[in-house]
Amino acid sequence: MSDQLPIIVLIAPLFGALLVGLWGMRDHRACYPLVFTALLTSVTAAVAILFRVVNHGAIDYFVGGWEKPLGLGIQLRIDALNAPVLLIITVVALLVSFFSIRRTGEEQAEKTPHFYILFLLLCTGLCGITITADAFNLFVLVEVSSLSSYGLVAMGSNKRGTMAAFHYLLMGTVGASFYLIGVGYLYLKTGSLNMQDFHDILRNNEAIRDSKAITIGFLFMLVGIWIKMAFFPLYGWLPNAYSYAPSSSSSLLAPLMTKVSVYVMLRVMISLFGLEWVFVDLGWSHLVVWLAVVAILAGSLLALGQRELKKMLCYLIVVEVGYMVGGAWLADPNLWGMTGTIYHILADALMTLALFLAAGNFARHLGAVELKDLDGVFRKMPLTSLGFIVAGLAIIGVPPTCGFFSKFYLIRGAIEGDHWEFVVALLVSSLVSAVLFFRIFEIAYFGVKPSDGHGHAHTHEDAYSPEPTQQGRVGDLTLLRREAPLTSLVPLLITGVLIVALGLANGPIVAFIRTFLETLPHGPAL
Amino acid sequence: MDNFFQESIAPHFNFWVYVVIMMIGLWAVIAKNNLIKKLIGLSIFQSAIILLYVSLGVKDGAAIPILPHHEEHADAAAPDAGQAAPAPDAVPVSESHRGADHADYAVDPATIVNPLPHVLMLTAIVVGVATLGVALALAQRIFAEFGSLEENELLIQLKAEPTDE
Repeated sequence: MSDQLPIIVLIAPLFGALLVGLWGMRDHRACYPLVFTALLTSVTAAVAILFRVVNHGAIDYFVGGWEKPLGLGIQLRIDALNAPVLLIITVVALLVSFFSIRRTGEEQAEKTPHFYILFLLLCTGLCGITITADAFNLFVLVEVSSLSSYGLVAMGSNKRGTMAAFHYLLMGTVGASFYLIGVGYLYLKTGSLNMQDFHDILRNNEAIRDSKAITIGFLFMLVGIWIKMAFFPLYGWLPNAYSYAPSSSSSLLAPLMTKVSVYVMLRVMISLFGLEWVFVDLGWSHLVVWLAVVAILAGSLLALGQRELKKMLCYLIVVEVGYMVGGAWLADPNLWGMTGTIYHILADALMTLALFLAAGNFARHLGAVELKDLDGVFRKMPLTSLGFIVAGLAIIGVPPTCGFFSKFYLIRGAIEGDHWEFVVALLVSSLVSAVLFFRIFEIAYFGVKPSDGHGHAHTHEDAYSPEPTQQGRVGDLTLLRREAPLTSLVPLLITGVLIVALGLANGPIVAFIRTFLETLPHGPAL
Repeated sequence: MDNFFQESIAPHFNFWVYVVIMMIGLWAVIAKNNLIKKLIGLSIFQSAIILLYVSLGVKDGAAIPILPHHEEHADAAAPDAGQAAPAPDAVPVSESHRGADHADYAVDPATIVNPLPHVLMLTAIVVGVATLGVALALAQRIFAEFGSLEENELLIQLKAEPTDE
């Protein structure tokens, strides 16, 4: 049984989707237990896999028992790079599934089973992307997850959501097709689709290593993945798609899709081509880091200009993607940038999840879409605000949240790799996010300033005259009644705790990542 | 010019074709105003990639990758197994077949077309069809909501909406 763990992670949500299609269509209440069972199975398997990888090293699994010699089988491989990512995907999916219990009933009542089918298929796709060791299989799974996400974005009643989904589909398909062209070039030169085989051929054959076709293939793959992860000049689809999607969809997509694409980039760099080829033979490190600097600064500026909460969060994702791409390409001798990037994938998934869950709660219970609607929200929804503050502080990078430690490792990598422009960009964007979040905290705590033309100071005092008596008693029942329902609140608070826990546990996690990076064939000694 | 054709275009003719078709598709996706025309462009774009892959497997004068002897043997063996008493010459026949089997498996790769890219493209075609289906469904919904599929008209309508940023 334990040998089959890698496939169980995949099969549980896949069969879950089928069963929801069969039973959930007739009785909508049957959806929830099916979804939870499927995702819980996935989480359990992911935890077991993580323990096995920690204790015994990487796991190889050949689907259908087609072992390597025939060269036909699809290999799943779980090592220290993807075991944590796999766990974070399944955990985020489980938390969002709790969050969505009330939401699906309100946002798309008659489409509840449809929503959960797409939800589970998305999880299948994302888990598959994470654990596959086959370049073509990765393309197929990218498309499985992308097709589900187009559906999830278009699910809401918002007219703009449909348009956003259509543009997302065009961009996403072009991105995936670019990746496919890249794989075609690699196959043309080496005749292999298995990542490990390809890597071995590349290492042992100088003619192939230096050929232009391989470089072009890498470029196609990279641009395709960048479109998928919304790296700065290619981010156009993201803000509309995520901010006009229903809140349960966006809180699943926003933390996972971009992060998994970043993981794919790391996998292509580390396992398919090898860091030596990427950093030494290709030597684009400076170019890509500058692109990331532009992405970080432009994303920060665009975020500053937003008046809608969810739009602002979307531009923050663009900034975070800039961090991760830049960090991965720092090429510093001890690979601290790479370490920071891998850690940041985990951290950012949790931070983004918390922000989108909180934004979903604000939007649902206060109708707060724009920043100025968050007026006095601390008093109205103290617990949701608490989760939002934790996530906001993590994005700014305040210790002991995980955001601080990922920035710490990224900056360390940038200094050791002599990329001072990246250090500056990181610090500037941290300042900008401090401005962004403290502006929101101010609105949320003290209300909108009179000069904003949204009523006068006196009327505000009048409006909240009964409030100060309740202000001190956060746990008051009258307050909780106005707070979001428990199913929406608990996932948010768990995420908040996880953000701090991941930060506090950064030592062992980073040590684990480091041991993996040091065992790479052409490890840190660049 | 003649030299250029012989050195660059003729040996890589399939690549030139795929690049040209791909660019036509990409141009349509970017430049066309009508959403359906964009989708047609997307399909052309994907077909170009399929052409690239399919042409990778082709070899001059190679046969289709099916092993006929192996199948004949399987057909012949099935009725044999059903009979109670094997024919007297059954043993040498099966031995000769076993030898033939080995020859079949150790087939010379130069004589057959590489089937793997074709198999991959079967999957990619399925993915493309699914994408097109989802895209058409979205386009249909856009038409139901906005009454138009022309992008500039849609953008004007979106700008007129009050919740615009």
